[in-house]
Formats: sequence, structure tokens, C-alpha cells
Amino acid sequence: MVQFQPAHLDASFAALSDATRRGILERLGRADASITDLAEKFHMTLTGMKKHVGVLEQAGLVTTEKVGRVRTCKLGLHRLEEEAAWIERYRRLWEARFDELDKIVAELKLERVDGRKMRK
Amino acid sequence: MKNPTTVERKSERELVVTRTFNGPAQIVFEAWTKPELLKQWWAPKSFGISFISCEADVRTGGTYRFVFSHPASEEPLAFFGRYIEVTPHSRIVWTNEESADGAVTTVTFEEMGDKTLLVLHELYPSKQALDEAIASGSTGTSGAGEQFEELDKVLVTLERS
Repeated sequence: MVQFQPAHLDASFAALSDATRRGILERLGRADASITDLAEKFHMTLTGMKKHVGVLEQAGLVTTEKVGRVRTCKLGLHRLEEEAAWIERYRRLWEARFDELDKIVAELKLERVDGRKMRK
Repeated sequence: MKNPTTVERKSERELVVTRTFNGPAQIVFEAWTKPELLKQWWAPKSFGISFISCEADVRTGGTYRFVFSHPASEEPLAFFGRYIEVTPHSRIVWTNEESADGAVTTVTFEEMGDKTLLVLHELYPSKQALDEAIASGSTGTSGAGEQFEELDKVLVTLERS
């Protein structure tokens, strides 16, 4: 099971609680867009749009990249999925190790018990 | 039934792994600190990796060097670092020095009745370092076939080693 910090989820829910921000995500689901494009589409100032994008970015829902003077926004969901997948693989690695370690702990426990019996 | 293993990204720079073992802390600690025992579980067969060599001088100030092989990798891969703190039966802290962005790993053993709670904590030097570890572990899988997926597993394994 992948566990996310509640703070992580809170940020996502807070970001999604706003209709404009949901609209931005829907828009970016169709194509990447610059802050300027988004501000025009949603009839907002650049500053206002930057704030919304900032909230989405904080929540990991959107990523932005600046090339020259243009900042392009794209959906960040993929990154979250990648992180979840990586964490799951990482967990499976430790689980595989610990399953082996379980056996060794059981063997050592048995040895100790046998050792004590033999000394008696 | 086996005990669950959980992983959590605790913060931008930290990963935490937990697992309970059915034995006293002394025994679990021993399995981490005696190379001949460590060797038996650190490279799980189900991940296809095997030890070429395993040197570990597990005491404060000691060093380790693990070399692994994997069918998907021609070159053997070496992982090494230093034990910053080794406190019998309760705590081991080591560095991962094969990369400049390696984490500092802390393992604690807490005895609870006849069981031991193990908490493994990895602290990366920056958010970027952990993000990059995650990104490099993922791109291989999404882009290429099964071969890369296997290699990816090895890299994840070895990065963590």
C-alpha cells in the first residue's frame, strides 16, 4: 500500500476546491498552455493566473517549465503516479529483503533456544 | 502471516520504511551487523541480484562496500559508505557515498514484548536529490521494455543499498 502524507492530500484537495483551478486542469488535460494563454482563456490577470497555477503546482497537480520568457504549464498527475509507482517498487524491495530477514531471525531464535537446551 | 512493510515519503527529503520482526532486537540487530548474515537477506533472489562481495565493518567509524551483479547489467555495481553511528541493539546510521546526492540512512530497533519494530529512515541532502532518485527510477520503466524494468529494479535496489 502506498501511503501519502495527509499534508500531501490536503494540498491536493485545497487545490481542487476552486472551480477556476479545476477548469485549468481540464484545459491542461487537452494541451499544455502558457500562463498567458490560461489568463486569456479564463479572463484573468497574469498575476491572478500565476497564483492559481502556483497552488496547483504546490499540490503536484501541475508542473511548469520556463523556456525563454514563456512559462509552460502541464498536468503534473503523471509525476504523482510515477512517484507512487516508484515508492511501491521501493516498498517491494524492502519487503523482499525483510521476508528473508524474517527467516534469519527465526533461525537465530531457534539456535539460541537449542543452545540453551544443550547447555542444560 | 507475515508482518506488513510500509513506506512513506515523510517530507520532501525523507523516506521512512517500517516493519515488525518476531524476535528480540538483539537478534535483528545481529542480522544487520554480521556480514555473513547480512549477505543472506540484503540481495533478495526475487529481485535477481546477487552479491559479488560484501564487506562491512559495522561499528562507529567503520566502512562498508557491497558489490552486486545482475543479469541486466554487464558491469558489477559497487555501493559504499561509512557507519556514522552503531549503537548495539538499537541504532545504526550510515552514509551512501556512491553518489554526491546519497541519503543518510538511520535504522532503529525498538523492542516491544517479544517483537522488534524496525524503522528505516532515509534523509536526502535536498528535495531535488530525492525527486531525482524517484525520477531516475521511473523513466526507465515508462520508456522501455521489460529489460529496463529489470534494470530499473536493480538500480532502485542499489541506490538504496
